[in-house]
Amino acid sequence: MAAWRQLAFGVRRLWRSAGADRDASDEVAHFLAEMAAAYEARGLSPDAARRAAHLDVAPAATVEALRAYGWENVIVTATRDLHFAMRRLRAEPAFTIVVALTLAVGIGATTAIFSAVNPILFASLPYPNANRIASIVEGRADGGQNGGTFAFFRELAERSRTLETIAVARLWQPTLSGAAEPERLDGQRVSASYFAVLGVAPAIGRTFTASDDRAGAPPLVLLSDALWRRRFNADPAIAGRTITLDDQISTVVGVLPASFENVLAPAAEIWMPLQYDMSEGRAWGHHLRTVARLQRGATARSAEDEINALGLAFIARHRDAYGPTKFVVRRLQDEVTRSVRPALLLVLAAAGVVLMIACVNVTNVLLARGVHRRAEFALRAALGAGRGRLVRQLVTESLLLAAIGGAAGLAVAAGGVRLLVALSPPELPRIHAIGVDIVAFVFGGALATAVAIAVAIVPALQAARSDLQYGWRRGGGGHHRTRATLVVAEVALAIVLLVTAGLLLRSLDRLFAIDAGFRAPGVLTMQVQLVGRKFSQPRVAYQFFEDALDAVRQVPGVTSAAFTSQLPLSGDRDEYGAHFEATPERQAESVSVFRYAVSPGYFETLGIRLHDGRSFDDHDRAGTPLVAVISESLARHRFGSDSALGHRVRIGPFDTAPYTIVGVVKDVKQVSLALNDADAVYVPASAAAATIRSRDGEFGDTVMSLVVRTRDDAPAPAAAVRQAIWSADKDQPVVRVARLSDLVAASASARRFALLLFEAFALAALALAAAGIYGVLAGSVAERTHEIGVRAALGASRADILTLVVRQAMTLAGVGVAVGLAAASVSTRAITAMLFEVSALDPITYAGVVVLLTAVAAMASGVPAWRAVRVDPATTLRAE
Amino acid sequence: MAEPTTDVIQGTLDMLILKTLSLEPMHGFGIARRIEQISRGVFKVNPGSLLTALQRLERGGWLEGEWRETPNARRARVYRLTRRGRKRLDTETEHWSRRVSAIARLLRADG
Repeated sequence: MAAWRQLAFGVRRLWRSAGADRDASDEVAHFLAEMAAAYEARGLSPDAARRAAHLDVAPAATVEALRAYGWENVIVTATRDLHFAMRRLRAEPAFTIVVALTLAVGIGATTAIFSAVNPILFASLPYPNANRIASIVEGRADGGQNGGTFAFFRELAERSRTLETIAVARLWQPTLSGAAEPERLDGQRVSASYFAVLGVAPAIGRTFTASDDRAGAPPLVLLSDALWRRRFNADPAIAGRTITLDDQISTVVGVLPASFENVLAPAAEIWMPLQYDMSEGRAWGHHLRTVARLQRGATARSAEDEINALGLAFIARHRDAYGPTKFVVRRLQDEVTRSVRPALLLVLAAAGVVLMIACVNVTNVLLARGVHRRAEFALRAALGAGRGRLVRQLVTESLLLAAIGGAAGLAVAAGGVRLLVALSPPELPRIHAIGVDIVAFVFGGALATAVAIAVAIVPALQAARSDLQYGWRRGGGGHHRTRATLVVAEVALAIVLLVTAGLLLRSLDRLFAIDAGFRAPGVLTMQVQLVGRKFSQPRVAYQFFEDALDAVRQVPGVTSAAFTSQLPLSGDRDEYGAHFEATPERQAESVSVFRYAVSPGYFETLGIRLHDGRSFDDHDRAGTPLVAVISESLARHRFGSDSALGHRVRIGPFDTAPYTIVGVVKDVKQVSLALNDADAVYVPASAAAATIRSRDGEFGDTVMSLVVRTRDDAPAPAAAVRQAIWSADKDQPVVRVARLSDLVAASASARRFALLLFEAFALAALALAAAGIYGVLAGSVAERTHEIGVRAALGASRADILTLVVRQAMTLAGVGVAVGLAAASVSTRAITAMLFEVSALDPITYAGVVVLLTAVAAMASGVPAWRAVRVDPATTLRAE
Repeated sequence: MAEPTTDVIQGTLDMLILKTLSLEPMHGFGIARRIEQISRGVFKVNPGSLLTALQRLERGGWLEGEWRETPNARRARVYRLTRRGRKRLDTETEHWSRRVSAIARLLRADG
């Protein structure tokens, strides 16, 4: 009841605030008049009576007290403060814009980066009990890792006690045909347990059962929500319908929910049981992704111990089929983010540094402004403004600034997140989960606001505390020292960022200077996938490729063309065991190699240099002796300085016919420019086709990449080449058309992405540091105008004064540079893993950064110095 | 003005205002003057305290204010006790008498 009455009074007063103000003054005026009349009645003169009444009533204070009463008054004063603050900020647009932009950059950048990093690194994967999902890989001696085998998957499924469920999957790219245009889909072949491991239930229908996942079982598929909507109009009765995949009728058993995020293959839209055929030695291929759900209570560590123990026994039992291997178990989240984690953490740190620099800058600007306003506050305090009132006014101003900066920051963050997603390298996982993170935004905003408020109220407290004369005197030196310290900090932080960016830039330079082993410019690539039952005969498939090649060679502008089963730096990764026979000097040995089935002319088209022996020609076809070409590194590894020619090697299963080595070619980067994984065996596609025994799958090269070299700087005749392929058979999809030089560039995309972010942050840091140096110097020059005038009047030359000001700047910058270099030499250790053939203490980078920052500092001090020089002594002295 | 004046005893101003207004409605200065008169000049009311107390009592619902034109064209706010105010006056008076008699007993007590 009482609260309601207070509320009603307050609202009524807010409604008519002018009237309420008048009421208060009227009532006091009436009291005053009555009191004066009473004094007069007691015999005082009218003047004396009025004075006595004034002394008693203290009308100004009383009216103020009456107006200040009530909760609504807080709103009234806040509104008034806000209006005043807006007027002040509008009167100083340069100051407002600088502070708001600084805050926007700091808050926006930090928010954007954190928004991107949070779902990738910190948020748990979108599966129930995601912590119990683990990935199992096989570690190689050289530090790399291999995929799992089906044989060991079965072993683990049977014997492991730490794993609740285990599944394997491999990528699969079927072509969906039907009423609409044929479309090549991204998908996965998975063991029946795959969805149980992830803990995903279908939205429609069912997932796979163990009986679906047997060799020879009827083809069944699950669809993603997106594919179901795109190709099947979200048909609610889809389960049981049949679709045509790779010319084969398959039955849809279900649709996965829209919320299902498949971190193992983000692009996958369709799933089919693995239906692995154990009969043909295929169980030993290292080409499966293995995931498992751990038993409650088991850890990645305990699972790893158990799996290694099981693995040791397993390898001992199958010594001829399984090379030595160490099994590595990681939480799925760690596995998925493993390659990007260091870079992302680093970028997050860089964003944090920019936020720090932004805060330092705001502090600097506000401190400088506080010094200028000290006189204003002293005056207002003298006129009766209480300390609380002054502080409230300043806090309002700071909050308004922070709000403007924060709003702009939110815009920067939203744009930044979009930019990040657009620029992100393909290996960045969980990209779809990225959105502006409100927690990060609030944190950044709160931090910046706190800094702004803390710094803003200092001058007000000082003005209210100290005697009134203090403010009238010239600004003291204490603040100056604080600001100088802040500039040093700013320069130091900028140095750290610049050095990091510089090191990454030099790494990228080195990386692009690396010899990929082939000449990329002028080469057009595309992938051709064979669709149709008629191609289940490898000979028929090969005939199609040969016909297509003949047609492509006729296209104007094409100088040479060839096919290969896998294309360097394209994401293809086709590894097999290569088994060398024992020789008098050496024991038998198996190594993992990249296998390329190529057409004659492949080495010539890509410009891969022949080191020894010969390359393939048209005589190497079915029926002739099997020949192979191996890479230089493999030849060196196996044969040292001896010649590799004439030796024999088997590829894949042990019981296949051996190939005779007839040539050695230069190493080619297959997976990435930075990795040395160049062991490779090339075989003629024609001969490979003749030896294929399997039903349709692993060893049949039904997907080939076409490489076409065109005359220099002729536009790539992609359309004409495509038509030429279709002239051989018009139903075959031609996909992944790209220039080889683009593939090379894309293979460095993660590094380029990190570099781009660092460059952006380093530039922001440099700009903020320059603004900070300028701000402090401009402030100190303004404060010293008088002193400079006196010096000039006493005969100091312009050069003297210029030196005086610039020296001050350079001292600050010098200290900052020294601190920054020390900090950088420590902090850059964190990025060693991302550097490529550049030391973390690379002297050229450090020197370059020092020169750059010194130049910027010199420029930032130039403007205030110039202003100081032009001071006319007469004006300054007269102004006193 | 022989007797020295003193400020109203802390915490009793509200009660004095309510009592004064229970006699008849009046404006601020009238209340101050009446308190001084009835206390025979012992209590002097601080105008600032009085006016803010009036505002507080009105917002608490114990008084009701009304603007009236005075003969010399000023606006005067005249206050009147509400029912709620009268009830509060009764309880405050009772509390006060109890406290006064307790203090009186304490002061009379010897040994």
